[in-house]
Amino acid sequence: MLRRLGLICAVLSAPPALANTTLADTVTEFTLPNGLQAVVIEDHRSSAVTQMLWYRVGSADEDRGNSGIAHFLEHLMFKGTDTLAPGEFSATVEAVGGTDNAFTSYDYTAYFQRVSADNLPLMMQMESDRMRNLKLPEADVLTERDVILEERNQRTDSSPGALLSEQMRAAQFMNTPYGTPIIGWRHEIAQLSRQDALDHYSRYYAPNNAILVVAGDVTPDQVKALAEKYYGPLAPSDGLKPRIRPQEPAQLAERRITLADARVSEPYLTRTYLAPERNSGDQSKAAALSMLAALLGGSNTTSVLARKLQFDSQTATYASAYYDGGSIDDATFGFVIVPQPGVSLAEAEAAMDKVLADFLADGPDPAAFDRIKRQIRASTIYERDNTDGLARDYGEALAVGLTVADVQGWPDALAAVTIPDVMAAAREVLNRNNAVTGWLTKPEKAAP
Amino acid sequence: MMFRALAFLLAFAVPAMTRPALAQMNIQEVTSPGGITAWLVQEPGIPFTALEIQFKGGTALDAPAKRGAVNLMTALIEEGAADLDAQGFANARDDLAATFGFTAGGDSVGVSARFLTENRDQAVALLRQAIITPRFDPDALERVRGQVLSGLRADAKDPDALAPLAFNALAFGDHPYGSSGDGTIASVTALTRDDILAAHKGALARDRIYVAAAGDISAADLGTLLDTLLGDLPATGAPLPRRAALNLTGGVTVQDFPTPQSTVFFGQQGITRDDPEFFAAYILNEVLGGGRFTARLMTEVREKRGLTYGIGSYLLPMDQAELMVGQFSASNDKVAEAIDVIRAEWAKMLADGLTAQELAATKTFLTGSYPLRFDGNGPIASILVGMQMEGLPIDYATTRNAQIEAVTLDDIKRVAARLLQPEGLRFVVVGQPVGVTTTP
Repeated sequence: MLRRLGLICAVLSAPPALANTTLADTVTEFTLPNGLQAVVIEDHRSSAVTQMLWYRVGSADEDRGNSGIAHFLEHLMFKGTDTLAPGEFSATVEAVGGTDNAFTSYDYTAYFQRVSADNLPLMMQMESDRMRNLKLPEADVLTERDVILEERNQRTDSSPGALLSEQMRAAQFMNTPYGTPIIGWRHEIAQLSRQDALDHYSRYYAPNNAILVVAGDVTPDQVKALAEKYYGPLAPSDGLKPRIRPQEPAQLAERRITLADARVSEPYLTRTYLAPERNSGDQSKAAALSMLAALLGGSNTTSVLARKLQFDSQTATYASAYYDGGSIDDATFGFVIVPQPGVSLAEAEAAMDKVLADFLADGPDPAAFDRIKRQIRASTIYERDNTDGLARDYGEALAVGLTVADVQGWPDALAAVTIPDVMAAAREVLNRNNAVTGWLTKPEKAAP
Repeated sequence: MMFRALAFLLAFAVPAMTRPALAQMNIQEVTSPGGITAWLVQEPGIPFTALEIQFKGGTALDAPAKRGAVNLMTALIEEGAADLDAQGFANARDDLAATFGFTAGGDSVGVSARFLTENRDQAVALLRQAIITPRFDPDALERVRGQVLSGLRADAKDPDALAPLAFNALAFGDHPYGSSGDGTIASVTALTRDDILAAHKGALARDRIYVAAAGDISAADLGTLLDTLLGDLPATGAPLPRRAALNLTGGVTVQDFPTPQSTVFFGQQGITRDDPEFFAAYILNEVLGGGRFTARLMTEVREKRGLTYGIGSYLLPMDQAELMVGQFSASNDKVAEAIDVIRAEWAKMLADGLTAQELAATKTFLTGSYPLRFDGNGPIASILVGMQMEGLPIDYATTRNAQIEAVTLDDIKRVAARLLQPEGLRFVVVGQPVGVTTTP
């Protein structure tokens, strides 16, 4: 039902991102003289096309004290330009039978439309227009701020799990800006102004800070000609600086957080460890961590945690592990355990730690390791059915500093991982000094 | 040949502004040697097949005391079959890199599968074991029962789950539609293995199968596959559910829940999918509460007043009843205003209908976006099985846009008078709304 879901939240139960595709023959790239980077993914099975425009700016690029401005601007980008009235952008997309939306994350902000291929010129014309010609009526800005406060209500403040996750990230990232929520802290959202949005816009929204991804029934030549026509004339911004952010100091002590909320029905525990991200040209460690997450908690039946805690013992109702290395700075490696009724969080945590200790001592079952490799190979076939998903993979990768070659090399990087690689990565990352452990509980019985 | 394949070359009728997405999507009707029918789009570009199967009936087949049996049975199908236990089955499936999904809906049980061309026969043989000879081992039953109960306990503290549940209870009372298909804590706790076996026998039978496939498979191979996969199911299943009477009255029901933001579910009587005026009602709803930003509810409640992050309404024609419903969340102090705005928009639509411009713009959107849905083997198989469930003809995709185009302003006014009941809307509010109280 909801549209313009403005955030990408780390979903606790999300399976590890295992694979991208190798479509070297259908993916091409080019860069315009003004710095706009472009990727074209051909899929001629239907005449649909998706345009995505990614800006290399997200919540982690915000000035301190102004949290939420990247996401707020994302909403305001639909409020009109010199030539488009508020709401006219989406209305125009709909008038040609298309759909559009946008989202914001820590490292990027992206806008997309899905239309029939003959409408691509119109989409490029409008998207390039709002890259430089945004107009923001004051009244619309204030109403939209109310919408965002309702969005925060709905996504975060109504969800004890989301609140715990927010508190845990703030503890996990002691110095990098990933500890600030994408949507922003409530008290800071409430004071964001039109001028804040315009400052963010004029600084970051420019062709040399953008990545265009076009996927569907198009040829690279067509896309290049259209991009030159619509994006080519836009002047680059000279206010961009390298995205060098404060880095984490050595983390010397485990952090523990307990959030009690009357709305909790199923207490659970979750732990995140600081972990390295994917790096351009060297994805081997991230690939090993992806394999580690798949082995430990990628399946609710056969993963190590599922087997030990749901089958061999009746400790947990649900157990999973996840890792997503698609970020500019440090990522996290995480676990979630929902204990069975009658099993305390302390008992569940002890059981989880026993499983991890045993794994570090014994290593994985080679048959399970091979099985995951087979699934990765197959996923490169299945993923070709979803061109929009591919567009997203490429856009996200480029927005965090990876290259087309990195995306295409990811399945090979996964295929090259050995069991010793996995164990080395596990020993490096599973260090409690780097970890935040969170308990979500019901409140203790209050005195009457 | 033993099977027959009826081919339809589809050329979408769309306005000049848009080209069809699949100008020549060839939907074939395939009938297996054993008499099972499926719709197929053969698309050999990627070496895998997407298969969608639906069994009519679903959780509405549950006997009152056995609520949740069909859901628990469906959740157990993949937890061990033939000589494989749950671990063995999952390993065998992963070895083949196939994916199987089983879902229990209010009106049907669904099976979704993707398998590679290189090991299709093995994947189908494995899927067959799950569908025909699931084990329902006692340990698997207890483990999955625990997961279902955990979900039910979570729902009891989740306003987004509570609001539609309370609405359905008001609307349908004792009919299965009036309660969660997942069952209740008490009913699920009491389910036995015999109940699960009975649910399997009653829900998965050949007299209620709908199948669609898309991808790298020929009509002949699909025909063989159908018999292998489904031929050994019982010929008949449990009697299909009875018609559900709608007991809804206009007003507000507040369910107290401590949270800063209320969830509101609202609705009234809807319209059947085969009603001659269905498309007029569909366009009317699209303008009133379609999920798009230009829809009236989105404009009035979100864009102009900032009362919510999102609001929409939709027609819900089920097999045994019809609703027109909507949902939104709003801070407790904004709920009253939002409800007033919705009632006013309902009344305005009833009084004035659409403008010619709204009708034209909505037709353009609906006809232009329709072909864009057919954008992969997975989505195509899913759409084709849905068409069959709704009783639509195999050439529906070529005639659907013309039916949209044919709707006039007068049609909208007529269906609005028949359908919309501003006074008959029931709002269920889960939260602590300010200035909103329960009415009879």
